Amino acid sequence: MEIQKPGMKVGAAAVIVLLAGAGAGFAGQPSLVIDGQTMITKAKAPAYTPKLTSVQSGWVFRSKETQALQLDDFDNPGFVFVDKGRDLFNKVEGSAGKSCASCHELKDFIGLRTRLPRVNKDGHLETMEDLVNKSRTKYMGAKPWKYSGSKMTAVTALISLQSRGMPMNVAVDGPAKPFWEKGKKLYYTRVGQLDLACANCHEDNYGKMIRADHLSQGQINGFPTYRLKNAKLNSVHARFKGCMKNVRAKPYKQGSPEFKALELYVASRGQGLSVESPSVRN
Amino acid sequence: MTITRRYALALGGGALALTGLSGLPAFASVADDAIMKITGGAKVVEGGVDLTAPEIAENGNTVPVAVSAPGASVITILAPSNPSPAVATFNFGPLSGASEASTRMRLAKTQKVIAVAKMADGSFHTASAMVKVTIGGCGG
Amino acid sequence: MAKGVKPRVKVPKTASAGDVITIKTLISHKMESGQRKDKKTGKIKPREIIHRFTCDFNGQNVIDVKLEPAISSNPYFQFKAKVPTSGEFKFTWYDDDGSIYSTSKKIAVG
Repeated sequence: MEIQKPGMKVGAAAVIVLLAGAGAGFAGQPSLVIDGQTMITKAKAPAYTPKLTSVQSGWVFRSKETQALQLDDFDNPGFVFVDKGRDLFNKVEGSAGKSCASCHELKDFIGLRTRLPRVNKDGHLETMEDLVNKSRTKYMGAKPWKYSGSKMTAVTALISLQSRGMPMNVAVDGPAKPFWEKGKKLYYTRVGQLDLACANCHEDNYGKMIRADHLSQGQINGFPTYRLKNAKLNSVHARFKGCMKNVRAKPYKQGSPEFKALELYVASRGQGLSVESPSVRN
Repeated sequence: MTITRRYALALGGGALALTGLSGLPAFASVADDAIMKITGGAKVVEGGVDLTAPEIAENGNTVPVAVSAPGASVITILAPSNPSPAVATFNFGPLSGASEASTRMRLAKTQKVIAVAKMADGSFHTASAMVKVTIGGCGG
Repeated sequence: MAKGVKPRVKVPKTASAGDVITIKTLISHKMESGQRKDKKTGKIKPREIIHRFTCDFNGQNVIDVKLEPAISSNPYFQFKAKVPTSGEFKFTWYDDDGSIYSTSKKIAVG
């Protein structure tokens, strides 16, 4: 078993210990069915990820106890934040005297999560957080929310929930192409003291143990996700930041062009997986 | 497979050393003291209580735990290797449908979690479960 | 009052007289254990938890829980209740800072 890659720094090999095949002992829940709806947790990998035979939701890699928390919307602690999101959605704020609900019905958002991030008319790549803050500043006359703050994640969880069960389907061609290429480049670029790229863990070694943790494919179909670790909803960019800090790299800013491009690329690696937001992870 | 085997051996050895050196004596007294506080020194019988917790907790911050003891009026959960051993005490009232409850707890490290049930007749019953608390992948 | 505390409870809407039903409750709360250090100041953050949770039905107690700092953030409980007649469940959480959060749910027996 050769885990040291050419060009990998010695320090990285010493710190990151991967145990081959250790994941085989996990006995998880048979499938992810929520309220009678079966989530697609494994799908055929897209043509542009030749190293993957299938794409798999992060849910697959969790222990049966963590998996169980997502089977019931009451057991899922993420839903107390969805409730808060609902209150925020109806709350009038800003100079225009409007709330989100003044212009939107929740059902308008069915399917939206599957298509984000996307390129807008002005040629900018937009995440759901961008859309929320654009509405707040442009139409409500309210202050933008912090990119991964608790109000933002509560509302993005509520909006994403409207697409739960629907397969991820982001555009990667046309105007999205240059952003996707940029994200792909970031995905394969080694960074930080540990000199690791996203791909080193989440493509080359998913399914193996990294110390006591079962490495997933790093899919984002369940975001925002409730993590047992910090007991709150976590945005995609906050997770990217955490990962970069873990490999001891200086993270890009949340909402930065780099993280948005990476989000698009990572989302495209999970095409076909059901939106699970708000999912539960460790 | 050399790296894997060596790592596995090292891990096993480390776990043994920990158990042998630091774990047991301190654990026993803290647990005994905590149980004594509940029972006031009365005899405690093994069994008659079900304690369900994962063998391996993915994160010590949120560990699901369930207790059940038919006929109990009070059930206390203890985690003796936490900074303070008590976790929760369930008092079952007249309209309780069964002497059972589930919650989610914090475990500071790998340890034997204990449930102590006080039965309606005043006797005490206990059960325990070993829960391994793991550390995340990269510093997480 | 701790910021943004929000309770959730799950109770069946109907039951038959004498039924035993399952109740689930969750409340958003940090459950500051009194063990953590403030990263900025280096000082221990003072304990601030919900220390007691009760569920009553038409004024009679179902369960009365004493919570310690070892209960996870966003405390969750699942337990069983006997339902003799139609009525109302009252759920109450007691915060260290003196705040009391409560909510109620009706159930119809028929």
